[in-house]
This record gives sequence, structure tokens and C-alpha cells, in this order.
Amino acid sequence: MKLRDLSELAARNLREAALRNVLTTLGIAVGVASLVAMLSLGVGLQELVGRRLERSGLFDSVLVRPRTGNGGPGQARDRFLGNGPAPGATTAPPPLDEAARQQLAQLPNVVEVYPEFRFTGDLRLGAAGHLAQIASLPASASGNDAFEGMQGHFFSSPSAHEIILQLDLARDLADLQQLQPAALIGREVVMRYAGRQPVAPGTSEAASSDTPPRRARDEGSPSPEDAALGFSIVSSQVPLRIVGVVEAQAVTSGGGGFGNAGAYLPVVVAQNLGVVQGNDMSEIVRESTTGASGNHYTNLTVRVAHPSGIPAVENAVKAMGYIPFSLQDVTRSLTRVFAILDMLLGIFGSLALAVASLGIINTLVMAILERRREIGVLKALGASNGDIRQLFFTEAGVMGLVGGTAGVLLGWGIGRAIQFVTAIYLRRQSIPAENIWTVPWWLVAGAIGFSVVVSLLAGMYPATRAAQLDPVEALRYE
Amino acid sequence: MTQPGQTNGAAIHTEMLARHYKMGNTVIRAVDGVSLDIPAGDFLALLGASGSGKSSLLNLLAGLDHATSGVVFVLGRELGAMSALDLAHHRNRTIGMIFQSFNLLPRMTVMENVELPLRLAEVPRVERPQRVMQALARVGLSARLTHRPGELSGGEQQRVAIARALVNRPRILLADEPTGNLDSATGEEILRLIAAINKPKDNPGKDHPADLPNQTDSPEATTIVMVTHERALAERYANRIVTMADGRIISQESMVAPLTPRGPVTEQQGGTRP
Repeated sequence: MKLRDLSELAARNLREAALRNVLTTLGIAVGVASLVAMLSLGVGLQELVGRRLERSGLFDSVLVRPRTGNGGPGQARDRFLGNGPAPGATTAPPPLDEAARQQLAQLPNVVEVYPEFRFTGDLRLGAAGHLAQIASLPASASGNDAFEGMQGHFFSSPSAHEIILQLDLARDLADLQQLQPAALIGREVVMRYAGRQPVAPGTSEAASSDTPPRRARDEGSPSPEDAALGFSIVSSQVPLRIVGVVEAQAVTSGGGGFGNAGAYLPVVVAQNLGVVQGNDMSEIVRESTTGASGNHYTNLTVRVAHPSGIPAVENAVKAMGYIPFSLQDVTRSLTRVFAILDMLLGIFGSLALAVASLGIINTLVMAILERRREIGVLKALGASNGDIRQLFFTEAGVMGLVGGTAGVLLGWGIGRAIQFVTAIYLRRQSIPAENIWTVPWWLVAGAIGFSVVVSLLAGMYPATRAAQLDPVEALRYE
Repeated sequence: MTQPGQTNGAAIHTEMLARHYKMGNTVIRAVDGVSLDIPAGDFLALLGASGSGKSSLLNLLAGLDHATSGVVFVLGRELGAMSALDLAHHRNRTIGMIFQSFNLLPRMTVMENVELPLRLAEVPRVERPQRVMQALARVGLSARLTHRPGELSGGEQQRVAIARALVNRPRILLADEPTGNLDSATGEEILRLIAAINKPKDNPGKDHPADLPNQTDSPEATTIVMVTHERALAERYANRIVTMADGRIISQESMVAPLTPRGPVTEQQGGTRP
């Protein structure tokens, strides 16, 4: 029999026992809805976490550090971590300077490369002041989760002399003036800090009579020692406008940042201020031993367009002679966890479909009993065993297709309802609503396909039984 | 044993055909060594008491049942050697079946019931309405296309069943007690219709109903094998009467002139051809 004739006969048969077939199909629909609901929740949560992690800046960045000098303890550690040069290599490690930053920026999939400045500053509001850890932020950090729901706004431009306060610091500063933290927004604060003041070669003695006498230079060019002592530390200050107050700690660099900060500056402003950082002394020592000079970065953060691009960038960074560090392994673990979660949710969701498949078997076996004589007549008129089998298969398939489609719609509706209720609950908890529900197209197609396959498998036994009916016995059946 | 092609031109040829059933330790010999030749165009009535094996023999001829032993040839093909699919094709294209209880599918309309064998034969959809209309015209039911069997009288239902049996233009029509569920007048009417199908052109003496076209689509007359227990009707319409008892043929009678009151000429028992 041709497919169209089979379909017409199957549809007619399904219409005849409408109530029973509708209930069976509803059972399939509930099973598929349960499957879709479970998997959509898993997929939605995975996407939510992925989105959050991506926005946190933790998983789309690589922290790049320079290698330490030959023979140093740091080199031994790098070798231990597999980042160092091969034993016996004698080449000097490349400096992490502006040229390196430009080179890193040219790598494929790299969105931006920025240094991190982190220093202790004294924020003064009027006569009172407060010591705080100050960290620099790139303009791209405006999408960081920490700034979601912040009071005020992000920096108006990458070079604006503006500052964003962390809530605890804002409270401390506001208390000094007996204000609310939000009232600080728009006010000007003076930041005192230790600044680097460049010292021209040969003028260091003149700059300060207290400076210990230095060895005479052999030539006009500065000796390594001269270069190492090429700046003075001077107390500096700069006025900054408070533009925002954030509750959470922002991630300021790849690899998760190092320690908390109480206030944030645009990275360009921090760079132009020439602040002295905590590790500048080790930099001085390094320069004095290697003879390197110039403006070197302690580390650089390379932000990649998508976390999937991290491995390639890490390899490129290694090839350039630097040490990369990322939290990529953590994301791999998370992916594994979610894969297991999805599998478990899918299994639980499939249980309902398995029960529904028993309903299909029951319905079709009942149909065989009821239509026993009809099957005999069809065989007497020339229907082959294959025709009868296909007829029952088609009926099972149609129930699976209709049930699967209805189930996807039902699952989608349940998801929307849960999403709606969750949003209300989160808003009542003063938490921004999140989309925890996603029904991707592959889930829609997969659920309907799975439903049809399960229905056909369930129809296998009844269809075979119907096909094998003895027509003489079937015709005698009353 | 008869080989293919050695059926002496008979439309149906059986040789020592047997169908035995086991019920516990008892063997029921429903058909027990029947040898029979039915020439093409014959109208054979199988007579016998209930349980004599008439319907079992008909099922074997239809290919609905398998013989325990013996052979049956239909139009030169041995049914026992055919696959299940070939037997299905045989039932669909070579023979048409009529049942005592009509066996129409109650949820389908008249037209859909008659169309069913065409669906199974995968006849193109565009041809089907015309074929259905022709078959229904032959039984005089062209005006009841959209009725369901439940809305028809018993005689009308049997006519629909006959139209369904004829729609694939079979060479052989097997009828199992076609008048068993009908009153005598209606039964007579149905038998006249079957007789008209059997010998459409050379049976002018018989009184066909005015609404029954005395035409057939087949170039040859249709061979009829009819199971009945109504001897009077069989004598009036059949060319030959075969009487069965306990699964065996006990007599064969050739009706010299059916529809005449002269009565039959009785032949020797044992299944030999007259």
C-alpha cells in the first residue's frame, strides 16, 4: 500500500477510537513535555552560567607574565609548571613591554590587551582620607557582572579622570561626611599615591643630596645600576570624580585578578599617572641584573573574543616566550558537569516517555482486539502482512508525531510558566530576573524525533502481532 | 502429483487437498482428500451441512489458509508454493470474496469500502473513482456512495460487498453463504446478480432485475464458487453442485439447464470430474 493510503487509513483508524487515542497521545505529549522541560532547564542553566562566566571576564582572558631571568627561583617554578624554557636554554627572556603588547594584540581572536595597575592610594574627601587598594579597569569591563545594577554609571570615557568606589569603601568615605554612599556620586575625591618620577642619567646625585654616592659611570650610557635607579618615588595626587558605587568586586585582569580592590580607575588614567606598584622593586632588581630598561609591564591581560579561542592564544603566548595563565581548565570541568547534569535530566525526562510508550503498546494491542475482524477482511481483500504491519506502525508513528509536537509545545508552555514565576520570585528578592529556560531548535527536533522513534518501537510488538494474525481466525472473530 | 500446466485448463484444480486441525489429542479433518476441477466460467455450488468443510475448502482456494496436504492450483499457479506476499496479491487481484456477514468496514462509506482493494493494489488515485463507480453500477448501487453500511439494508450491503469483490476485476469469485443473512427474496436477488456476473451474455433466459446491468468488464466469464446450504437456490443458479460431508465430496451434480425444473443429473462420488 502506498504511504498516502496508509496515512489516510491510519488517520481514519485513529479518529474512530478518538478518546482512547487522544489520551494515549496526551500521555506521549506529557512524556515529551517532561523531557523538554528537564533538558531545557539544563540547557538554560548551562547557558546562564556560561553567560555569567563570560561576562565575569574570568574565562575569556589570558594573563600573560614575563619569564623570570636565568637561574632564578621563579624560573625553576616556571619549569616545574611546564612554562619555562627547556633546561639548558640560555636565551634571555623577552621583556613584556609595549612592543610585546602590540604583538599580542595582533594575535587572532584577541579583542584587547591591557595591563593591570594595582596600588595603594589615599582617597581624600575634604580633610579626611582613607587608604584603599586601587585597581585599573579597561573600558570593556563595563559589561562585567559587577557593574550590573551599580549606582551611578561606568567611566564616561577610557581616559576620564573618574573613579568608581566599591560599596564598603564608599560607606567608609560617606561616614566621614555623614552621607549615604550614593550621595558621593558626582563628588570630587583627591587620590594621593606614590608616583614614579623619571630621573635623567647622571642627575640622580643632583636630584637629592641625601642619595648615597654612586659609582662613577665608565661611559656616557647609563650602567645597569644607573638604569635600575632611573626614577624617584614622589608623593603625588590627582583629583578624580566619583561616578559610581558598585556592590560586588570587579575582576580587573585575566586569571581572576589578584586580591580585592576598593576603587577602580580607567586603565589609561592609571597608566598615565605613573603609579608605583608593589612589585616595582623586584622590577628594579630585575633590570639591574639583566640590563633591560624601559617601561615593562608586570603582566598583561589578553581578552579573547570567545572562551573557545583561549587554547590557541595560550599556545601563541608560549611561543612568544611568555607565561600564559587562564581558567580554561575550570570551564572544561564545568562543561563536563553540565553534560552529566543534562544526561541525568534527560534520563528523568525520558522516564515519563517510557511510561507513555507503554500506553501506546496498550492502545494498539486493544486496537488489534477490536479490529481483529477488520484485519481479517483486509487480508481477505489482499492486504499483505507488511501492509498490516505498516498500518499499525503508521498509527503508532502518527501518535508519536502528534504527541511529540504537542509535548514540545506543552514543555515550552511549562518552561514559560516556570520562567515567569521565577522572574517574579527573583524580583521580590531584589535580584534581576534571569533567563533560566532555553528551548534550542535541536531540542525541538530531537524531542519530536525521539517521540516518533519511541512510538515506533512501542508499536513494533502490536504491529507484528497484527500482521501475523491468521485471517481465517480473524474473520471468524465476533 | 499434478505439475503446473497440467490442470486441464481448469480455473481451479485440487488434488487430495486436506486441511486438518488439532484440538488437543483430536484431529479434526475439515477437508479430507478433496480432488476437484472447476473449469473457467463454471458456477459451482458447494453444498453440505454445517461443519462439512465447505468454508474450509473455500478458504484454501482463496489462499487464506494453508493445506495440510495435497495441492491446489488456481489459474495454473500452485498456492502452496506461493509466498505470503504472492498469496496476498492472489487474494487481491485473482479472486474476489463475498461473505455471509458482508464484512464491510462499518466506519467507511460505500465508496471507501469498494475502493479498499484498489488501495491495496496500488491503483493510481485518478483511476479509482471510475473503477468504483463501474463496480457499483454493476450492482445497482450508484446512488448510495456516501452511505455507511449501517445505513443500508442487508441486500444492499451484500451488493456493496459484491462490488468490492469485483472492483479489481477478478477471474474467480468465491462466495461464502452470500444469502445466509438475507431473506429469501433478497437472497434470490443476490443470486441473480452473481449469476449475471458468471455468464453475463449467454444467460438470457434468467430474469435479472431491471437495475442490474448484464455486463462485465472481463473478456471471459467469471468463475464462481459459492458455498451455500440452500439446495433449491443452488439448483436454480449453479451449473454444478458439489456436496460435501465430513470434509469429503460425496456427490457432484451437473445441472443440465439451471433455472429449469428438470432436476440434476447425479455423478459418481469421490471428486472425479463429470
